[in-house]
Amino acid sequence: MLEIGLGHYLTVAAILFSLGIFGIFLNRKNVIIILMSIELMLLAVNINLVAFSTHLQDLVGQVFALFVLTVAAAEAAIGLAILVVYFRNRGSISVEDINMMKG
Amino acid sequence: MIIQALAFYLFAAVAVAAGVMVVSARNPVHSVLFLILAFFNAAGLFVLMGAEFLAMILVVVYVGAVAVLFLFVVMMLDINFVRLREGSLQYLPLGALVGIILLVELVLVGGAWIVSPAADAALSHPSAPAGEMHNTRALGGLIYTDYIYLFQISGLVLLVAMIGAIVLTLRQREGVRRQSISRQTARTRAESVEVKQVPSRSGV
Repeated sequence: MLEIGLGHYLTVAAILFSLGIFGIFLNRKNVIIILMSIELMLLAVNINLVAFSTHLQDLVGQVFALFVLTVAAAEAAIGLAILVVYFRNRGSISVEDINMMKG
Repeated sequence: MIIQALAFYLFAAVAVAAGVMVVSARNPVHSVLFLILAFFNAAGLFVLMGAEFLAMILVVVYVGAVAVLFLFVVMMLDINFVRLREGSLQYLPLGALVGIILLVELVLVGGAWIVSPAADAALSHPSAPAGEMHNTRALGGLIYTDYIYLFQISGLVLLVAMIGAIVLTLRQREGVRRQSISRQTARTRAESVEVKQVPSRSGV
């Protein structure tokens, strides 16, 4: 119990990842919270990568986590920009209103 | 060892609690603030694992840039958040079911994980023993040599994201008076001054 190993970190990451999934289901209308849930899931993935990296004594996991961080930042910037443009056009950020293309 | 365990449980508990609040807070501003709290505690977990550089990058990039970006957008958009919350409880059972199933699966997989003894031989870039080299230096020695192309590509990704965000949100509004410096400096005397012959005792 007091010996913190790989499993402990994996459990925390699993809980955070499930919370991200749960948040997407719970906030079906609010795109901002959905984006935040995605950030939470990416954070959980990063915890997993770093946990394995330090457990296996291999640095490549941390390099990969760095790139995940980069892509997450880019994704947040683009997602929020799309959100701002969408709000300007429709006056709402509800997911249910995104149906102009009737796809 | 016991301090490390206590720190782990503290960081993990606060991170999970902040995660719960991110998805369940009524006010999105509170959600963003709890997201920042979750990032800080994840950074603490990274430090415990020995990845100091990533922990600091997490604080700088996520708390300093991404979370502030979220905060800007939440506060800038004039949204009726109460209306967005309506009917969210309708999806609660389905979301809870999917989340719990996923969590059980992940914990089962993680709990049954056994590192193969052959894994030690298969390491591509073994990290230096603790105390010999800083985490930051070891990472730098890796991303500037073996992963230089990926590093440059991630820079390009950020550049494209920056240009894309600017192009998406830039707008030329109609009916707004702007200073046009080129037109100002291109004015000539002929088009801006007119000499009138005003007869005496009558206006222009």
